[in-house]
Amino acid sequence: MNNILSTLKSKKVLLCDGAMGTELQRRGLKVGDCPEEYNLSNSKMIQGIHKDYFDAGSDIVETNTFGANRLRLKFYDLKNRVEEINLAAVNNAMEVRPKDKFIAGSIGPLGELLEPLGNITENYAYDIFSEQAKILEEGGVDFILVETMMAIEEAVIAVKAVVENTFLPVAVSMTFELGKTGLKTPWGVDVQTAVTELTKAGTDIIGSNCGKGFDEMIQVIAEMRKLTTKPILAQSNAGIPELAGGNLYYKESPEIIASKVQELLTSGVNILGGCCGTTPLHIKKMREVLDLFLSNII
Amino acid sequence: MNIAIEELLQKLAISVIDGKHLEAVELTKQLLALNHTPKEILDNGLLAGMNVVGQRFRDNIIFVPQVLISARAMKFSLAILEPLLADSNIPAIGTVIMGTVKGDIHDIGKNIVSMMLRGNGFKVVDIGIDASHEKFIDAVKKENAQIVGMSALLTTTMLYMKAVIEKLKGEKLPVKIMIGGAPVSKAFADQIGADAYGKNASEAVRLAREFVDQENNN
Repeated sequence: MNNILSTLKSKKVLLCDGAMGTELQRRGLKVGDCPEEYNLSNSKMIQGIHKDYFDAGSDIVETNTFGANRLRLKFYDLKNRVEEINLAAVNNAMEVRPKDKFIAGSIGPLGELLEPLGNITENYAYDIFSEQAKILEEGGVDFILVETMMAIEEAVIAVKAVVENTFLPVAVSMTFELGKTGLKTPWGVDVQTAVTELTKAGTDIIGSNCGKGFDEMIQVIAEMRKLTTKPILAQSNAGIPELAGGNLYYKESPEIIASKVQELLTSGVNILGGCCGTTPLHIKKMREVLDLFLSNII
Repeated sequence: MNIAIEELLQKLAISVIDGKHLEAVELTKQLLALNHTPKEILDNGLLAGMNVVGQRFRDNIIFVPQVLISARAMKFSLAILEPLLADSNIPAIGTVIMGTVKGDIHDIGKNIVSMMLRGNGFKVVDIGIDASHEKFIDAVKKENAQIVGMSALLTTTMLYMKAVIEKLKGEKLPVKIMIGGAPVSKAFADQIGADAYGKNASEAVRLAREFVDQENNN
């Protein structure tokens, strides 16, 4: 099995997948359903999404486990099925993985506040992240992707939990927005702090995901590249959702993003992908741009 | 107003801005002991402080954690004032049903908006997280509410707001609907038939006031 980090060194840029949540919605996820439970009851749908992303040119897909931690599953009365759900999720990705492609184990935020703002202690948060990371490793993912983090404390705890409890490489991404005082997460974390603290916590790959769209993502990555030599990951939303014909519609279509993807690549991205609103068609377009970039045509 | 009281009110506002809840409680008690009215303590102490917090949040000088500790300070002080405010028979200026929509468990923003509405004289009935359209409709009927406020943090749950609005309109309930949350925008609010979009808590208060004023003028 190839290691994601050595492959990144030789290939320079790898393509991750696009959205899972909004893609599930497009394929029939009902409001109120637990997206991670679909790994069990709708495994064909999950496999279909992974397969479409691989077919579109993804080198990496992420497991459907963003909210598959004990705290979030508790909300759906599924807290005793953490192991079952995470293992099924890895299996769904493995079922359709072509040779030499990678699977990232997705770990999202806890969805509750840490002390002193909330009731979750640092130790409890560490245990929850460790539990999920260990199960994902047991299932056979190639690396862990801790994503959509907003609080630096929580991101650091999650990265440490992966580093100290698994043998897997770890990537971590935070969500930044451009405000009057620059690029910061809703918790006020700037890019410099994110890079410094997450590097100290032991991450192998660092990046940014979600957010308001590709234009802000380009700025985040340009700022991040100045601060680190580590591989950088970028998974942007396809803009802010609006409504068209009764469904959510994201303005940044595959055609619109082509030139922005090129800018992201020249800014120094090493893992490219998409978040909310991106589809296999966005990934296909990214593949085209990336292939041209890697062969030095653009 | 005498200088000592004015100074205490200013200190109370600062304790809210700095998020020092124990200090806020102490100052609230001192002001009450000096026979200052709960309404003025609320307006010139707590709300004056929260307005600064709101402004700094909009200007990206402070972020969610600082807003939360300020909100906590206000909540502690408000807990002392609320029973007294109720005794003083000031009628609520309107009733708002607040909830995070079905499938969504995020309530930080909704809780802050609820508190700011309460602080500004509204009766707020908070129906919590994961709220179905039935829950919204039942609450509107039961409370005879004029306003509904809905929140969603996820791109996978925001569309449910549309379902709630359709059901509310189907029931021909004469409510104004305002929505908010990270992925929500003015354009989205217009498209799903909401009456307004509130970018933050102070905006939500302003909108709720406007709704009530419109109704009073009709």
